[in-house]
This record gives sequence, C-alpha cells and structure tokens, in this order.
Amino acid sequence: MKKPEFEFEPSADRRQVLQGIVGMALAAATMRAGAQKLPTAQVNTTKLAVTDTEVTVGQLHSATGTMAISETGSIQAEQLAIDQINAMGGVLGRQIKVIKEDGASDWPTFAEKAKKLLVNDHVATVFGCWTSASRKAVLPIFEKENGMLYYPTFYEGLEQSKNVIYTGQEATQQILWGLDWAAKEKGTKSYFLVGSDYIWPRTSMKIARKHIEGVLKQKVVGEEYYPLGNTNFNSLINKIKAAKPDLIYAAVVGGSNVAFYKQLKAAGITAAKQKLLTISVTEDELLGIGGENTAGFYSCMKYFQSLDNENNKKFVAAFKEKYGPASVIGDVTQAGYLGPWLWKFTVEKAGSFDVDKIAAASTGIEFKGAPEGYVKIDENHHLWSKARIGEMLADGQFKVVAESPELIKPDPFPKGYQ
Amino acid sequence: MELSEVLNIALMQGFAGLSLFAVLLLMGLGLAIIFGQMGVINMAHGEFMAIGAYTVYLGSTLTEKYAPGFMPAYFPFAIVAAFIFAFIGGWIAEWALIRHLYKRPLDTLLATWGLSLGLQQVFRTFISPKEVSPTLPDWLMGSWAPQEGLDIPINGMFVMVLTLLVTAGVMLALYKSRWGLRVRATVSNRPMANATGINTKKTDQLTFAIGCGIAGIAGAAFTTIGSTGPTSGSLYIVDAFLVVTFGGAASLLGTAFSAFLIAQTQSISEFFMTGSMAKVFTLSIIVIVLMMRPQGLFASKIRR
Repeated sequence: MKKPEFEFEPSADRRQVLQGIVGMALAAATMRAGAQKLPTAQVNTTKLAVTDTEVTVGQLHSATGTMAISETGSIQAEQLAIDQINAMGGVLGRQIKVIKEDGASDWPTFAEKAKKLLVNDHVATVFGCWTSASRKAVLPIFEKENGMLYYPTFYEGLEQSKNVIYTGQEATQQILWGLDWAAKEKGTKSYFLVGSDYIWPRTSMKIARKHIEGVLKQKVVGEEYYPLGNTNFNSLINKIKAAKPDLIYAAVVGGSNVAFYKQLKAAGITAAKQKLLTISVTEDELLGIGGENTAGFYSCMKYFQSLDNENNKKFVAAFKEKYGPASVIGDVTQAGYLGPWLWKFTVEKAGSFDVDKIAAASTGIEFKGAPEGYVKIDENHHLWSKARIGEMLADGQFKVVAESPELIKPDPFPKGYQ
Repeated sequence: MELSEVLNIALMQGFAGLSLFAVLLLMGLGLAIIFGQMGVINMAHGEFMAIGAYTVYLGSTLTEKYAPGFMPAYFPFAIVAAFIFAFIGGWIAEWALIRHLYKRPLDTLLATWGLSLGLQQVFRTFISPKEVSPTLPDWLMGSWAPQEGLDIPINGMFVMVLTLLVTAGVMLALYKSRWGLRVRATVSNRPMANATGINTKKTDQLTFAIGCGIAGIAGAAFTTIGSTGPTSGSLYIVDAFLVVTFGGAASLLGTAFSAFLIAQTQSISEFFMTGSMAKVFTLSIIVIVLMMRPQGLFASKIRR
C-alpha cells in the first residue's frame, strides 16, 4: 500500500466541503480570529515545539510489521483530519506539522519512539498506538515526560490516565448494550464465547459472562480461547455444534478471523441456522474474510462506514478522495479521525498547548461533526458514544440494524464486572 | 443429546483430525525434501507458501476482472501457477544464496531467515499490508451434508485429495524417477555421487526448487482455509518444522506418520480441552518424545 501523501491543496469549493464536515465553519472562524492573537509565549509555557506559525505533533503507529495491517487505516484517518484542520487555518492560528514515527509492531520500539517524540522533538501531542500492548509500553513514558496521547482503538478498559484520551470504546460500551440487544431483539438465551487468547478477548469475555449470567440471568454454554494466529477451528466448531448455543459471541482477531469464518461456513454454520455476534470484525477485517463467508452475522461497534448521516457522508467522500475509491473505513479508523479534532477543540478551549491545561480542559469537549455522530469526552478521558449493531453484507459492508438510543457513558472500571 | 447427534459429532471430529493431518503433511512435504534430503534449514519455507497463496489471489483477481465466466474453473490452474512461481523463486534463491552455503548447513538458517524477512517486506510493500483472501469458486465453499446434522467441509476434502496427490507424486518421483535416484545418491554420499557422473550441483538446485514449488502448492491450498498476509508464512513455519523433525528428518514416511500423530493428538485433545491447553499438551508430548528419540520417530539409515 502506498504511503499517505502529505501535500494537500484544497480548491475553493473543496475547502467549503471540508469546513462543512465539521459543521462548524462559523464557530471555528470566530474562534480562530480570537485565537490568532494569542502570542506564543502565552500558549506555550512548557517549551513545546510551537512557533508563531506552526505546531509540531507526533504520529506513532506501526507502518511496518504485523500490525501494519490494522494501523494503516488509523494513520490515514489522522492525516486526513490534520490536513482538514490545516486547511481551515490550523490550531490557534498555527499550522500542524506532523512527525511520523514507526513503531514497527514492536513494543520496545514504541516506547523508544515515544521518548524520542516527547524528549527530542517536544511534540505538543501524539496520535498513536493501536494494540493495548503498545499503549501499555508507552504509557509510563507519557506520564513521566508529561505528554499527551490520543489512542484510537476499542480496548479492554481498566485504565485511565491524565495523559491519554481514549477515542475508541472501552469494553463495557461495546459489550453490554450489544448483549442486551441480542437477548431482547433476537431472543437468545444461551451463549458460546470464543476469543483469541490474550488480554483483550479474555477481559471482554469476562465482562460478557458476568453480564449474561448476572444481569440477563441466562446461560453461557461454552467459553474457548485459541492462540493468536491459530488457523484450525474445526474442533471448536464441533464443540459449538454439540453445545447448540443460541448465539456465538466472538472476539477472534487478526488472521485467525478469516480462518474462523471460512471454516464456520465450510461446516455449514451460516446465518440461516446460527446467530453470531462479534466485537472484533470491522470493514477492514471483512475485506480479508470475504463478505460471502459472513453474510447475515452481526457485529457490535460504534461506527460503520455505511452510517447514514451528513457528517459521515462527507467524511467517507473525503477519505475516498484522498486514499482511493477502494479504501474501506472501519471503527478504529474513524476513532483515529476524531483524535486531531478533539485535540484542536481542547487546545482552543484551553487557549494553550500546555499538556496540563489540555488534560484539565478535555472534560466536556464535544465534537458535533464526528462521523459517528455527536461525541463528548468524559472526565475519565474516554468518549461518550453510541453502540451500534451492523449486519454483515456479502459486499463487505454493514447494514446498521440497531443503535443504542442514548450515548453510553464510558466506564473503564465497571463495578461488578471485574 | 441423542445417539445420532453424538455419532454425527464424532464423525465430524474424526474428519477434523484427518483434515488437520492433510494440512500438516502438505506443509511439511516441501520442507521434508529440502531439510530432510538436503540438510538445508529453510526458514523461508513459509514465505514460499505465501508466494503460492498470493498466486491464487492474483489468479482470482485477474479472473474476476477479465474472465468472470471462467471463475468456477480457475482454481486448479492457479495451483499449477503457484507451483511454477514458487519453483522459480526457489531456483533463484538456490542459485543466489543457498549453493554457497552447503558446507555450512547452520548458516543456511541465518541466510534463509534473512530471505524470509526480505520476502515479507516485499509482500507488504508491493502487494498489501492487509490480509487478502481470494474469491473461491462456489463449488469449493460450504459443506457436504449427507444427512441432517452432519456437515463435512468441502474445502477440507479438497485439501485432503490434493495432499494425497502431491504425496503420491513426491514418493513416485523420489523412488522411481532418475531425479529421485540422483537425489538419494547425492544425499547418501556426495563425492561418490559426483564421481559416478551425477551433476550434484544441478541436483541440489532442482531439489530445492521442487521443495519450494510444493510449498507453493501448500500455500495455494491453504487459501481455502485461512487468509494470506505478509506474515502468514511465519505462522506455518513452526508447524512445518515440527512435523519434519518429529518424524525424523530424512524420512518421507516419517513425515507422513508424524503429521498424522500430531494432527490426531491436537484434534482429539482440542475437543476435550480448551484450544490453548490442547496446544500445550501436544507440544509437551512432542518435546518428551524428542527427548527420548532425538533423531525423530523414523531414523534415517544413511551412513553419515
């Protein structure tokens, strides 16, 4: 895949489109007019890389290695947001300059590069990380050097930091409402939990089990984990057949995903006979699995590319214009897109690039123009967001069939679920 | 649960074991030739499988674009193409890299590992960092259901038949053809084979390329089961070495037998334990057996 290009020259009407994307052209313009007057000495008291015309930020993802598969989308979305913000006049009248670092799917490398960005480059903020492992590797550095990280992936929760804004969902936001939906709308009573064998699926399944048994008062008839990269699921499928669950609840990730769904189909388990709800399949994964293998199964996410609202239509159009008509946008890609915008709004609210002031000002920051719809930052630095159920279609897209009526409050340390 | 259901599940589980056996054997065959016969530790074996898998992906993409009507029939041709591409790749790798290292077998490990990393980056840069999966012809998908509740995966049967053909082909070639005679002569005594007029260099090159070609076939077959990404090869390599080492490096029969044993142990234990624990159990058994029989199940009778 080609590296995203950095240059960006919006035409007059395209600029209008871009401004429309956030649906707040006016507000931004007035903010900017006021903001531009702020001198650098006032907005930057901690020696960050901010000049009168420019602010330097870091981007830390895996452009190479195993995780490049997943992280490419986040890299692209963050760049798109930054380009759009620059086209609107930047942040506090300063253009955003990005230093891209490659974590190379290797956690110590992530830590090293994070240190480089914060200590040598004095970046104002960092957009980055994808796996929990990489986030855990850089977290102590961000806390020690007092940096700011916008983290895009849905993850297992049980974490909260002054120095991190989590723009994806934590586990309870993704799991609880989805299970309620299955029990209520689909009438499921027994569940088979399947996951890859590492922290995120295990924590998620623990929460799911507690919810099924404790709140829904229903039955878990099986719980299985397979090593990452496992490609042979025939025995598991037979166990599922023996247990006859109403719903398969799956958190299988990476390459295993493809093998899992292909083999389900080959064993005659299709949507016609079996309900399946997953929390690990987005448009990106469907591209690899092939929609014909999964049509009719459900996925619970906060964002789907097919979401029908004005913000999203403009976002998808802008994304495809920049990265080609064949590109797909998954949940995490969209969450990556939120990062630069949320940071911009926070900086403008705080009137400063200082990390302490941003961390304090983050609570209550809203983004009305988000492709997923209105979101806001909670005081625990996670986002309020909706959960949605998408039905997988044969063409690799999702049809949104349900949506939580209200924004769900983030709860990274759920009581009774630990 | 009723008796018929138990029977159905037992049948399907039995088939799952056999199908894993076919997968492991197909993985190990190419390596058994290269590692077993030539003593070259080919760490890039998985990447040659990926070449095969990407060939199928290429075939499916091109067919879909230029000859959609040909879709149901492209797969066998793609497998042949996978063999040819991997064969050519192996031929070049032998010429550029391996032939300089026959006297230093341990260094082949480092060289081929480097080759594997290089190939992975080539896949990532020139094909896609994302996992791809070819569109399969309809007849390869779904299951054969002879009775209610009994589903036999068609792709599993396909891989089994293919494994049978390839194994029979390799056995025939190794024990009945001139090439096989030359390989066996070269393996058992290189200077002597040379003296009797066998061009050992050429034999080595052909053997390595054939081993890689078979890896290509294996990779092509696995597109029916899983996906293909730049690092898929590294998933296969451990299992492939496991099968070959456990069976006894120089014996094709040993490779087949060990694939069967590992597959059955894995598959049966998986049914009664969790997936991760079954893996632990299987690997422990292999370790214990190898501690007692370091030469593998079937020791070679070659004079060293």
